Amino acid sequence: MSAHLSNGRVNLNILREAARKELREFLDKCAGSKAIVWDEYLTGPFGLIAQYSLLKEHEVEKMFTLKGGRLPAADVKNIIFFVRPRLELMDIIAENVISEDKMHSPRDFHILFVPRRSMLCEQRLKEQGVLGSFINIDEYILDLIPYDGDLLSMESEGAFRECYLESDQTSLYHTAKGLMTLQALYGTIPQIFGKGECARHVANMMLRMKREFAGSQTQILPVFDSLLLLDRNIDLLTPLATQLTYEGLIDEVYGITNGYAKLPPEKFAAQKKQGEVGKDLPTEPKKMQLNSAEELYAEIRDKNFNAIGAALSKKAKIISAAFEERHNAKTVGEIKQFVSQLPHMQAARSSLANHTSIAELIKDITSEKNSLYSFSFHVQLTTLHSSSLPSVLISSEAFFDNLTVEQEFMTGVDTDKVNTYIEDSIAQKDPLIKILRLVCMQSVCNNGLKQKILDYYKREILQTYGYEHMLTLNNLEKTGLLKPQTSTRNNYPTIRKTLKLWMEDANEQNPNDISYVYSGYAPLSIRLTQVLARPGWRSIEEVLKMLPGPHFEERQQLPAGLHKKRQQGENRTTLVFFLGGVTYAEVAALRFLSQMEDGGTEYIIATTKLINGTSWIKSLMDRPEAP
Amino acid sequence: LPYPKYLQEEGWPPLMYLKESKRAVNSIRSLVEEEDEEDDVEKVSWSGEPVGIYLLDCRWSVHDDVILLWQDYVSDWTPEETVKRMQQGKVYSLEKFRSLQDKLLLLDEAVNAHDGNVITAVLIYLKKSLSKEILFRELITREIALRHYIHYLKEIGEQKLLLMQYRDHLNVRDENKRRDFLKNCLSFPFSPDDATHVQDHYTLLERQIIIEANDKQVESSGQADIFKKYPRKASILNMPIITTLYYSCFYHYGESDGTFSSPANIRKTFRISDKQFLLTCLGARAKLKAWFDVDALFTTKNWLGYTKKRSPIGFHRIVDILQKNNAPVQVLQDYVNLVEDVEQKISLAQKYKCHDVIINTYRDLKDRQQLIVYRGKVEKGSSEYRKIEEILSNSVRRSFP
Repeated sequence: MSAHLSNGRVNLNILREAARKELREFLDKCAGSKAIVWDEYLTGPFGLIAQYSLLKEHEVEKMFTLKGGRLPAADVKNIIFFVRPRLELMDIIAENVISEDKMHSPRDFHILFVPRRSMLCEQRLKEQGVLGSFINIDEYILDLIPYDGDLLSMESEGAFRECYLESDQTSLYHTAKGLMTLQALYGTIPQIFGKGECARHVANMMLRMKREFAGSQTQILPVFDSLLLLDRNIDLLTPLATQLTYEGLIDEVYGITNGYAKLPPEKFAAQKKQGEVGKDLPTEPKKMQLNSAEELYAEIRDKNFNAIGAALSKKAKIISAAFEERHNAKTVGEIKQFVSQLPHMQAARSSLANHTSIAELIKDITSEKNSLYSFSFHVQLTTLHSSSLPSVLISSEAFFDNLTVEQEFMTGVDTDKVNTYIEDSIAQKDPLIKILRLVCMQSVCNNGLKQKILDYYKREILQTYGYEHMLTLNNLEKTGLLKPQTSTRNNYPTIRKTLKLWMEDANEQNPNDISYVYSGYAPLSIRLTQVLARPGWRSIEEVLKMLPGPHFEERQQLPAGLHKKRQQGENRTTLVFFLGGVTYAEVAALRFLSQMEDGGTEYIIATTKLINGTSWIKSLMDRPEAP
Repeated sequence: LPYPKYLQEEGWPPLMYLKESKRAVNSIRSLVEEEDEEDDVEKVSWSGEPVGIYLLDCRWSVHDDVILLWQDYVSDWTPEETVKRMQQGKVYSLEKFRSLQDKLLLLDEAVNAHDGNVITAVLIYLKKSLSKEILFRELITREIALRHYIHYLKEIGEQKLLLMQYRDHLNVRDENKRRDFLKNCLSFPFSPDDATHVQDHYTLLERQIIIEANDKQVESSGQADIFKKYPRKASILNMPIITTLYYSCFYHYGESDGTFSSPANIRKTFRISDKQFLLTCLGARAKLKAWFDVDALFTTKNWLGYTKKRSPIGFHRIVDILQKNNAPVQVLQDYVNLVEDVEQKISLAQKYKCHDVIINTYRDLKDRQQLIVYRGKVEKGSSEYRKIEEILSNSVRRSFP
């Protein structure tokens, strides 16, 4: 299940193994049979570390979801709570413990806090009078989770909100801790670059922690040559744009959570049971794991969606040709050879069928129809994936019109006027998140909106969607996503031109530049990364000054003898850490840079959370599900 | 812990809106003299006696040697060392930070460590050992610590202090209580912008309650046809203003603008833009197939008494909205005709099968070719067909090229 983690430039399986080892050790601390009571939020991230089989090997016999009242009966010796340090969860745990029938079955209680224990929580348990009931209270530091061969995520949804809205920088501390763990496993990273306030904090903490552990230097040859720390708020634009890579679009339309997407089941129904006609359509969404363990997916996920059709049909030809080979197999040896390849071919075929279905689903939504003047109505797909994010972009005309407006903003067209498409969308009561994404984008591309325009949008939004959204608008203003223009000078055009953020004629089929991931727009964050590698940030000092926060470079001393001697033509390895989230399209752009023939640098990507415009804005909303 | 009254009322919302925080804190300071009885937190002057041992929960060190533990405990750790020990889960003591200066050094050190857990622990200690007046004064200049403090207070349930008290209205289910709650919010020192919104929110709910009570009664008494014909599907309470306007245009059209439920009154009270008003009104009247009302929406008279159709929104969009509401072709074509752009007009007319509009437009453009093409598309012998025939034969005698 984890082979794909060791295929990359850096073997991330080592990190996963370290995490598993720690988990085993904790489980063994609670001797005897056990049941785990899960904070549901954690099951996703844990799934990336350990399957049920590992737990089973360590005598985990039952698993429950944490909820109030009495715990379900289970004939086990230990009950272990796996929880985030949240007060409301402590109250539930206390309820569980108090209502336990002590006479009948004495069971031992333990708590495993993820990622850290918290004094507040323990205080709460004490107040509830149950703290003494716990034999083990421990923490499981799940900082950086290997997500794929070149991708690490902390899966911390609230990081951006905490850092930029609530000024709670605890997640930065976790980040620094995570990077220390990484250095313990992969060697000290000699160079640290960064841009932004949070980046500076993380770097400072790392240097400080290193001083504190000065005695315990790791004697490991450094795997990473450099680390680049980037604040999300130096590039607020990119996540607002609709991602146009295959993986990015799946995320935009259906949402990818902890590496899984839930898809509408209809298109996947037929291929399984062809015989049973007229059977009820499946109603459960199809849950699919998406990572590079699937060969085809690894090949196509980072392509622009417009290149997917061609890629799939090419693959289809190869697979059917392989199946046709059976006619050529004459001798017993040849037949045997064919049969031995059959499982692999069948897997490839079913993978192809799945992705053809997904591509069809997305195409239905994104392809332009010839009804330029027609009103489009948004059909809420929420029923199809009730638990995941509601889709914002649904009908094809809406998708196309939406994209047109985005591109106008990104190229600087009419960003200083009230936009009629936004106005119309509000009048039609399109989903609020879609509106907010566009208004924020206009604000960012205009370095703030004229007060009059900002007031107008705000009034229209509050009147149409309800006054309580005032809180959300306030939050967006506090994070700088939405703001009144303070100076008359709009520096976005300068940034765009200097960093070549807009490329006419982006080649979607055979890309030669990262701008293909947004069909023309080259993500600012990735341009900064690209320029840093060559020719260096000194060439763009002016632009760096226009972006918020300091930029810096630090060096970490390596123990003697660990200096790497680079072979001729050997690529550098850079770890890029996005503080506050990264999109799949940005990841795709970095992978594209890694694969460039004369690129000279390969990238490993780390982030607090994989985000898209919708999930990001949603994390900044106040009570999005309010009655 | 009930929080002091002065913070419930006057202190709001100093902490979230930092630009306003200073002013608010000043108001707290002036009020701090008239201390209230509810404040049961022990007050200790910063220069005074120690608060006694603040018991530390150091169970995670039980495996350590007890002596070592004691040494650790009594050792004179610097603020930096103390914070480091806290992060590492070792024993520590905050009590020896007695002077205000020491306490603040400790706080700053904790903030520098960016560890929310440690910051909160230090804040808890400061809350216990400093008077609120001093604590607030110092927190105002320490934004990060301040935010943690707010978060802490929020977590431990001192909801009343919460600057975002307005948000709490979402928890109030009963509409009358909710209205009263919002009314209370009106006195908070919001920014002028937000104050307007909160005022509108309050007014809206106040009116919705009146309208709801009235309409419920009218509906159940069976007096009004409109409710019999179109029974209400949901209550209007807590709906956004635009939805309320739609409701009003649907059930209360034509009422004099003196009533709360009339569209004109709502439009005026909530300063609804012309576009929004028109769109909402149009949607409601079209839904009821009240085409006469629709017509009246666009009709303006000049001083000579001539009428003309005007709209703040392009007529192509009006056509779309009408079509969506199943307007008959006779109604649709009037509006298609008003579309200025010829190409757009023809494309709309084709889409909605407004034959007359197409034929007349081609006639006016003197486009014989297109007329012949279009003749092939309509049913032979139909009135449209005959009309095209007529034009084509007339034109031969006249000026068609």
